[in-house]
Amino acid sequence: MSHPLQPNVLTRPKIVVGLGSCGIAAGGKKVYEALVAEVAKRKLDVDIDETGCIGMCFREVLVEIRDPQRGSFIYGDMTPDRLPRILDEHVLAGRVIPEWLARSDELPGSEDAFFAKQKRIVLRHCGVNNPESLAEYQATGGYAALAKVLKEMTPEQVIEVITQSGLRGRGGAGFPTGIKWKFARQSRDETKYVVCNGDEGDPGAFMDRSVLEGDPHNILEGMLIAGYAIGARFGYIYCRAEYPLAVKRLKLAIEVARQIGFLGERILGSAFSFDIKVKEGAGAFVCGEETALIASIEGQRGMPRLRPPFPTTAGLWAHPTSINNVETFGNVPWIILNGAEKFAEMGVGKSRGTKVFALAGKIVRGGLIEVPMGITLREIIYEVGGGIQGGKAFKAVQMGGPSGGCIPAALIDTSVDYESVTQTGAIMGSGGMVVMDETTCMVDVARFFLNFTQKESCGKCTFCRLGTKRMLEILTRITEGYGRPEDIPMLEELSEKIKKGSLCGLGQTAPNPVLTTLKYFRHEYEAHINDKKCPAHRCKKLLTYRIIADKCTGCTVCAKHCPVHCISGERKQVHVIDQAACIRCGECLRRCNFAAVQAD
Amino acid sequence: MATDTPQTTRPVEFDANPVQAVLRKYKGEKGILIPVLQETQDAYGYLPSAALEEIATATGVPLAQIYGVATFYAQFRLRPVGKHMVRVCCGTACHVAGAERITDAMSQTLDVAPGETTADDLFTLETVACLGCCSLAPVMMIDEETFGRLDEKAVRKIVKDYRTES
Ligand SMILES: Cc1cc2nc3c(=O)[nH]c(=O)nc-3n(C[C@H](O)[C@H](O)[C@H](O)COP(=O)(O)O)c2cc1C
Ligand code: SF4
Ligand code: SF4
Ligand code: SF4
Ligand code: FES
Ligand code: FES
Repeated sequence: MSHPLQPNVLTRPKIVVGLGSCGIAAGGKKVYEALVAEVAKRKLDVDIDETGCIGMCFREVLVEIRDPQRGSFIYGDMTPDRLPRILDEHVLAGRVIPEWLARSDELPGSEDAFFAKQKRIVLRHCGVNNPESLAEYQATGGYAALAKVLKEMTPEQVIEVITQSGLRGRGGAGFPTGIKWKFARQSRDETKYVVCNGDEGDPGAFMDRSVLEGDPHNILEGMLIAGYAIGARFGYIYCRAEYPLAVKRLKLAIEVARQIGFLGERILGSAFSFDIKVKEGAGAFVCGEETALIASIEGQRGMPRLRPPFPTTAGLWAHPTSINNVETFGNVPWIILNGAEKFAEMGVGKSRGTKVFALAGKIVRGGLIEVPMGITLREIIYEVGGGIQGGKAFKAVQMGGPSGGCIPAALIDTSVDYESVTQTGAIMGSGGMVVMDETTCMVDVARFFLNFTQKESCGKCTFCRLGTKRMLEILTRITEGYGRPEDIPMLEELSEKIKKGSLCGLGQTAPNPVLTTLKYFRHEYEAHINDKKCPAHRCKKLLTYRIIADKCTGCTVCAKHCPVHCISGERKQVHVIDQAACIRCGECLRRCNFAAVQAD
Repeated sequence: MATDTPQTTRPVEFDANPVQAVLRKYKGEKGILIPVLQETQDAYGYLPSAALEEIATATGVPLAQIYGVATFYAQFRLRPVGKHMVRVCCGTACHVAGAERITDAMSQTLDVAPGETTADDLFTLETVACLGCCSLAPVMMIDEETFGRLDEKAVRKIVKDYRTES
């Protein structure tokens, strides 16, 4: 495999701390500060730097040593206490510490399998470069694609290359990017816009965030090339409200790019002028939908409208507008530099190139990955992801978030491409991949997503607004033990009506999480409804709490905390729960220090 | 603070300067309502009704429309918030890892429901979707700090620490 982390040309060792979102959450800033102090104490001749998400979020805090001669060494689970040993043994004495090594250029590391099947295009600089350094971006090929486009290619040729590459929109729907650009180019208007969709609404995903935080110039460059191709002079990046670091880095990147002349008037001496503004979202999932997003940029309530006209004909302020996802733009400079054929070499059928996924849930290696299209779910889960946590059984993987569905273990050999994933009833989506094991209740998962879509419905269409509410009521009832046999056909009927009666993708796809779980895990619904049991032991209201006599020490803690006083027993005697009075709150289970309370 | 002063520390007099400064910054631009509201909220901590009236006057956008926008987006708050903002992640990965228990524990410990502010104005509890560190699920943020791999005990301890600090 090609090296995922080409260390930049160095003259002396460089120590880099991963300060992506989860690096910071895991204490990365403390490690960084301690590193500065420890290096100063030892008067080491090294550089210290920071970088974004390299993908191994499960091993945060990550510290990488880049040695000019020996290459890269990444240590995982770093704490301030562990730094002195790294500095003394590795940096000063040159002895690698294998037990902490996640990956390196010299020795095998514990996470080699994580990288082996990845192919990094969009993420090529993430976790490698300092995202705030334009110099590093340029040193790794940055803005060379822009220069090539402006000097050597006509807009039509750019569109042709993007079309030939087979690149499809990574925001979920998978529309061919080259064709979208062609429509926007053909629309006659003096004013046109390029919009980057960074709303990232899927509530279990952070791909776009990591790219915006980890390689902002790559997105600017992709947008510039799109602007040149369609004939636009302005671009907007619509960034989700909860991403302050991404907003900060984008604004900084825009400012620096303007100073150097990559943005502004007559870029690189050409006739092409372009500028970009960041717009912060305000917390509405539906604003990820392109027409709602346009309304939101215009300062209105983010409500979708009927298409056509499509934004490429009449978008922002009624001007032709080409909207693409962050990851879509992230592919563009690479394709221009490496050629359409190189890109199209990867993938299968109508799905070419790579896809970024946020791998999460009950998986050993949860993090950010980029894999070639056509890889199987099995390879992602068991090789890249290292399998299921605690050796438990794999049950399903959720793809596509609230618009997607759960793919069961039986279909683990499904190829990851638009068509195959759609065939399962799920969707490729924007890249959320949440792995579930035997302890996950599928009815509860369906209820979780319906609760989300129900809250986020903009309210314009009756079926979306009220239908999702009705479905949520039914699902809640089922998980609480009040399900009725007619609930399943009712869910199916509502699903059909919502799909047909909704104006935008939110409503049209909202039933998918329910439909896929009904398709593959119907028996779980039936167990809830008919036997009033939750096979995964997740639904609190369906559990029976019992005290195991052998383990109970009679400490009285549970009895003291039971809100309905239904636990009896003398001090130092085995306690007993009065099942008829128990409200199944689970307090006894949480409070018992002797694991004497059992729920099943 | 003397013990006999009233509980609320909210301003009685409305200071229009911050919102006027925001309006001056965006004067003459189009599509500014949302950024103006965002920066006004940054300045006051929420959107006071008096500030919305100032915005209506200055931009010519009818007040009803401004309220329409302000209530549509989850980010905007029409009431003041506590000193600390507690955001419990309820994204998919956190949900699968038991985020509901964390929200419940937080609700109990603070004695407020999500969306509410504690009586002492110290904490506002909110739920959000995916904070971008799913591998540390379940996760929450208090102000700018993120806490991962949570359980009920950790929640109670963290709140206690914040309370003793304040
Ligand atoms: C409810 C809803 C939410 C969406 N959220 C996003 C999003 O967060 N990011 C995104 O890029 N596209 C999102 N989309 C898809 C966009 O409408 C649009 O198709 C996409 O931004 C086009 O870019 P692409 O062709 O590069 O994928 C959403 C669609 C719907 C219906
Ligand atoms: S389908 Fe739902 S979210 Fe979409 S426009 Fe209709 S009501 Fe709004
Ligand atoms: S808390 Fe546990 S050990 Fe103590 S009385 Fe209850 S069941 Fe028994
Ligand atoms: S589950 Fe709740 S109500 Fe039932 S015995 Fe335990 S503490 Fe009491
Ligand atoms: S955020 Fe640090 S590796 Fe992903
Ligand atoms: S789902 Fe909670 S951090 Fe991603």
